[in-house]
Amino acid sequence: MAELTLKSVGKTYAGGVDAVSDVNIDIKDGEFIVLVGPSGCGKSTLLRMVAGLETVTRGDVHIGGRRVNDLDPAERDIAMVFQNYALYPHMSVRDNMAYGLKNRGESKAVIEERVAEAARMLELGQYLDRKPRALSGGQRQRVAMGRAIVRQPSAFLFDEPLSNLDAKLRVSMRMEIRKLQQRLGTTSLYVTHDQLEAMTLADRLVVLNGGRVEQIGAPLEVYRKPASTFVASFIGAPAMSLLDARIEGGQLSLAGHALARLGNAPGPVTLGLRAEDLRIVDTGLPMRVEYVEELGAQRIIHGMVGDQALAVTDTHDTPLGPEVRVAVDSAKIHLFDAQSGRRMDKRLQTVSEPAE
Amino acid sequence: MQKIKPFDHLILILGVLFLCAPVVMALMSSTHAAIDIHSNGLSLLPGGNGIETYTKVLTHKGGFTGDVTGLLMLRNSLIMGLGFAVGKIALSMMAAYALVYFRFRFATLLFWAIFATLLLPLEVRIMPSYQVMSELHLLNTYTGLIVPLLASATGTFFFRQFFRSVPDELLEAARIDGAGPVKFFIDVLVPLSKTMMAAIFIIMFIYGWNQYLWPLLMTTDESFYTLMRGIKSILQVWVGSQIPDYNEAFALAVLAMVPPVAVVVIFQRMFIKGLTESDK
Repeated sequence: MAELTLKSVGKTYAGGVDAVSDVNIDIKDGEFIVLVGPSGCGKSTLLRMVAGLETVTRGDVHIGGRRVNDLDPAERDIAMVFQNYALYPHMSVRDNMAYGLKNRGESKAVIEERVAEAARMLELGQYLDRKPRALSGGQRQRVAMGRAIVRQPSAFLFDEPLSNLDAKLRVSMRMEIRKLQQRLGTTSLYVTHDQLEAMTLADRLVVLNGGRVEQIGAPLEVYRKPASTFVASFIGAPAMSLLDARIEGGQLSLAGHALARLGNAPGPVTLGLRAEDLRIVDTGLPMRVEYVEELGAQRIIHGMVGDQALAVTDTHDTPLGPEVRVAVDSAKIHLFDAQSGRRMDKRLQTVSEPAE
Repeated sequence: MQKIKPFDHLILILGVLFLCAPVVMALMSSTHAAIDIHSNGLSLLPGGNGIETYTKVLTHKGGFTGDVTGLLMLRNSLIMGLGFAVGKIALSMMAAYALVYFRFRFATLLFWAIFATLLLPLEVRIMPSYQVMSELHLLNTYTGLIVPLLASATGTFFFRQFFRSVPDELLEAARIDGAGPVKFFIDVLVPLSKTMMAAIFIIMFIYGWNQYLWPLLMTTDESFYTLMRGIKSILQVWVGSQIPDYNEAFALAVLAMVPPVAVVVIFQRMFIKGLTESDK
């Protein structure tokens, strides 16, 4: 149980490559933080720096108020769950969980009790004497979590723990991890490249891109107010459509169609539209239909507006012509700076006109 | 079902004959009397002297001092074989551990230096090695017999490749679990290397068992005689009209085959078991 603080943390590899630069995160006690980003964005490096498996080039890492930059992983009072489980193949499940405690010189009785407790929590009781190779992927991942739990650390670190599991198991394990973390109340740092996993697990998300923090915030906040085009396209499925638009004479226009009245300064902007905020209607923005993804409860219609791609979620199952009309709710549009990609505040004019 | 092809079988049978005939011949000939072999040549059928010959070979005190029995030679050969195998595994594992898991200057260079010694067989360095041992007063000791040959490029190479295939996360998990370098080596790497150790044990045991030149040079005391030298010394007595004890030489040769075969059979099982069951 502890706070975890990263202060302008940076990492430069020997070759001079900046993997992580200037990351500031304050993690409260018991909080579940998810680091999310595409591969190569530095999220794993960041986690490994907290774990002590990578040296910290710049800045400070504090765990529970203690500066841990120069401490060994074992002295940092953390536990880590790896993507490939990293169980000791020659040890039984019991020994795998007990190994860390044994090394710390805990008494036999304490080890026995904690392992039994973890096994009960994770429903591993009947597998305690098996070797990891005799377990399924999900069970192995449970053992890896058990190994973390028995140590009762101040923080859990998860490095893409569910990536090796199949889709169905991933969903149920996700739930288990979340429940477990809430029950134990242990501060957690979780790395994933799966935005859905990030959204569902996190108290707060940290979106990373190119070794820099793009945005930190609660999942819904990040979803509703993405701070940049990168976050907008990364969080949410289908990805937010980003289109080149212009503001001219108080009108936001896309491919020659006026969408909203805006008080923003005239010039080119990047317009962000979420598929679920759009509707298929009789009159509106014309879109050429390219293909349709049927998902059962809904369908996603991918098409082109002018020469720009747009996706629309539709819950009807009426057949579609080659061209449909899309209604854009001006309250739900996102505007980004055309150059920097940063979010811009939109200044809606209160005088509403039918969007045409 | 696949059609049986007679020609394929013929080739296989020929191969089996080619490999097995000398062994059978040695075994059978060892049961004949020496004169019988000398006059009638090698034999493929059992003779009547088997028990007598083997008892004599194992217990007869021979050599100049009259103390060297087959059992003693067998023991010496075993010491050589086991000493080699165990020593080489221990040494090359530790060398490979250092090379793979510790970052130090010239590690790669060092590895290639070790590897290059593969090009230098014992025979090339036998004189300097002898001199070193002689100056250390280690002639006629087991230490002198075993230690100079323990450095093993082959073993180091195999273990290095194996350690490199062990996932890094295992080391990282161990570090988080508070295992230092020594603990990680003993608790994780050694148990994981069991199959590798079995494989190298087979190779090295036979290598040590078959040593001939080095013991010949290092030991003058007959109590250090190995089986290989024993066989040779039986055949060396062809002086004047004396007939060498062919049967005894064959019997010794057969005895000399037994332990390596046993080692291969025992460790092969472990080896295969390890190969099919382990997943890292």
